[in-house]
Amino acid sequence: MSETHSSLVAHQFDDGVQQKQATTLGMWVFLITEIMFFGGLILAYTVYRIKYPEEFHHASKHLDYVMGTVNTCILLCSSLTMAFAVHAAQEGKRKLTMIFIVVTMVLGAAFLGVKGWEYYTKYTDHLIPGPNYDLNHLWEGAGLLPKTQLFFSLYFAMTGLHAFHMLIGLGLMTWLFVKTKRGRFSKEYFNPVEVCGLYWHFVDIVWIFLFPLLYLVDRSH
Amino acid sequence: MEMDRTVVAEERPTIIDTVTGAIRENYLNANYGLKSWFLTVDHKRIAILYLISITLFFFLGGSFAVMIRLELITPQGDLVQAETYNKLFTMHGIVMVFFFLIPSIPAVLGNFLVPIMIGARDMAFPRLNLASWYIYVVGGLFTLGAMIAGGIDTGWTFYTPYSTSFSNTYVIATGLGIFVVGFSSILTGLNFIVTIHKMRAPGLTWFRLPLFIWSNYATSIIMVLGTPVIAVTILLVALERGLHIGIFDPALGGDPILFQHLFWFYSHPAVYIMILPAMGVISELVACFSRRRVFGYKFVAFASLGIAVIGFLVWGHHMFVSGQSSYAGMIFSFLSFIVAIPSAIKVFNWTATMYKGSISYDTPMLYVMGFIGLFTIGGLTGLFLACLGVDIHVHDTYFIVAHFHYIMVGGTIMAYLGGIHFWWPKITGRMYPEGWGKFSALLIFVGFNLTFFPQFLLGYLGMPRRYYAYPQEFQVLNVMSSAGASVLGVGYLLPLVYFLWSLRYGRIAGSNPWKATGLEWQTSSPPPTENFLATPVVTEEPYQYSPEETEAEYAMTKKENVNV
Amino acid sequence: MIEHSEPHIVPKKTYYIVFATLMILLFVTVAMAFVPLGPFNIYVAMAIAITKAVLVVLYFMHVRYSNRLIWVAAGAGFVWLVILLAFTLADYSSRGWIKVPGK
Repeated sequence: MSETHSSLVAHQFDDGVQQKQATTLGMWVFLITEIMFFGGLILAYTVYRIKYPEEFHHASKHLDYVMGTVNTCILLCSSLTMAFAVHAAQEGKRKLTMIFIVVTMVLGAAFLGVKGWEYYTKYTDHLIPGPNYDLNHLWEGAGLLPKTQLFFSLYFAMTGLHAFHMLIGLGLMTWLFVKTKRGRFSKEYFNPVEVCGLYWHFVDIVWIFLFPLLYLVDRSH
Repeated sequence: MEMDRTVVAEERPTIIDTVTGAIRENYLNANYGLKSWFLTVDHKRIAILYLISITLFFFLGGSFAVMIRLELITPQGDLVQAETYNKLFTMHGIVMVFFFLIPSIPAVLGNFLVPIMIGARDMAFPRLNLASWYIYVVGGLFTLGAMIAGGIDTGWTFYTPYSTSFSNTYVIATGLGIFVVGFSSILTGLNFIVTIHKMRAPGLTWFRLPLFIWSNYATSIIMVLGTPVIAVTILLVALERGLHIGIFDPALGGDPILFQHLFWFYSHPAVYIMILPAMGVISELVACFSRRRVFGYKFVAFASLGIAVIGFLVWGHHMFVSGQSSYAGMIFSFLSFIVAIPSAIKVFNWTATMYKGSISYDTPMLYVMGFIGLFTIGGLTGLFLACLGVDIHVHDTYFIVAHFHYIMVGGTIMAYLGGIHFWWPKITGRMYPEGWGKFSALLIFVGFNLTFFPQFLLGYLGMPRRYYAYPQEFQVLNVMSSAGASVLGVGYLLPLVYFLWSLRYGRIAGSNPWKATGLEWQTSSPPPTENFLATPVVTEEPYQYSPEETEAEYAMTKKENVNV
Repeated sequence: MIEHSEPHIVPKKTYYIVFATLMILLFVTVAMAFVPLGPFNIYVAMAIAITKAVLVVLYFMHVRYSNRLIWVAAGAGFVWLVILLAFTLADYSSRGWIKVPGK
């Protein structure tokens, strides 16, 4: 066993297998906490959507679903490239891993770019909650439904928190890129790539739920 | 693995005394200097860091309690203004709940013992462990800063809309402190879960684990699943207060009761974060000082998980008098009764463990017996409160205050002190003075009951909580309570003094002063940095105590004494 | 916990199939938003979202090839989210069932 106790295995672990299982489980437990973190917001969303169905219906139509769809595409693509990065790392292909990490980062940045543009249009449309909030100039029916601001509060809280997680993801990717470039990973030791991949996919899943909840509240009428 | 350890021992001969064969190097003298402590990744040193910091917060929270009890000696408000009083009980609650009770047993005793009890060299993620202490400190300093700047008066519960729209105190700053310290709790829980799953010594199956491990595992589940919800709730309170986003503001369509749901989804299970590790301590101690196997080991183990899970389904019992629907109230009331079952299983099994045991009344055992009695009172009054009708009568009175202090102080702090006394020789290598230990345990028990039992009566008579003045007829009971509090205060200060004294003058403990089972007693006191020289192999179930053997030994020594 | 130490390498083809399915589901969910389903809109949208999430969890996050503990961990998060939602909504949905003001 002592020969497997290489420099790649931290002192508290017996061997690489134990280390790999522990880090993977650790990331999953962390992701559970993330589910509950977003869970509080999802609860608030659910309660108010049930309470104010009309408000949510009309407010949601002022989000740009084309942008939302494009962004979902971007994130799904980034998940695919992330999966490929892990795949390349598993096979010990350093160059390929680096390429896929960079592509994932570019897609992540593109998502944030689109998101930023959407935030900007919400700003120019006076749809940011607060004293300047005003839906009346966009839709004459708004006067009858005074609580639409709540939808936008939740929209900004949920997507803002998601965007923050994307930023952390980009940070992790940068760290992975540097480590890969320095040749820290091999066929035998690529666990950090895999674990960061789990995080990235999780952030993707959050968006998979946020997209229909926020952008697609019944657009048929 | 064992080979590996022997190699280390051979390479570093300093670790073993050549003459006696005893282990010389331990985690305390392995290296010196501030850096070796503040950058340590050794779970035992991190436990000491936590011990020092939570002790500071305990006495800070205690000093707020002193002010509260002083004010309540007389019916009229004479020591402090109403506003100051509001800040006092708020800060008492916040400091005690978030900075003492929640980290107390897991972060100090758990951190120290979990890896040793499972025969591991360290936690699964040692650097994360250190990070969680730093996060705790940052959160603590944040909250302290807010208190120095002017404090907060919302009550530790931060109820909206008062906290978001009306309070003129430092709600956001204090909230951020609690938000930050929550992550410390999450990371500790995460570390425990992974460590207990993946780092157990060979042969240490789940049903060979000490019950302390089971209860810390159950606690970790709550920390991981519950804490994020309070984090996001506090974030929303801060956003609501700072930006008026409307989520909890009825004027903008928000619902303050949603806050209560979110808050209690965490804060009720948080009570179990406080009491479950305490139950783990009691299981260890009761077996050792009764010299018997824990009665119904598997039931006690699964009761921990049962409490952790059912504890998540009862939060609505804090909201019986809010706008919550009566039907939801009935469901929550019913489930609150259910959660009493696993708690009762534990109490019955501890008592059954003592039955026909060879009981010795050392200080830790005094705390155990105090715990069992006080926790039972706290738990049974909890059932009164789970009744919809009774709760409406005593809601927000001193009955509630007495009830949760019986659980948190009578339960958690008793077990925490019992545990600190029990494992002090392991942590420091020295014994505390037994006579003083017994004396202060007695003081704490008497002082505690004198402080809080009158509060049951006050509450039942109708004295509401969180008021700085009260009608004349409540004075006698309030004076009793304040008198009890001063006894309790002395009881808490004594251990602080004699523990510090024992660091220098205490008798050398040896590796197993209590003749206890468990892996932590098989290594030296204090343990070496990597806990064991060779990874232990576990071949039997825990708590292999025999009352008959102990009685026989006792009879022998008695006979010898007579012969002399 | 006995487990193969060799990492399971998922063939690239699987990733492509999963990705294609995800894209198809994305366009289905957008299209369904324009179909007048009334109150069922949310159920359809959530059913599709859950399907997508499960695909990502099983294949991209390798849970399909992981041990039981990871299955439990992944499941626990969702179960607890359901607890949070179900019990809170139980309160909101049963308001006003009996004629007590404010209940």
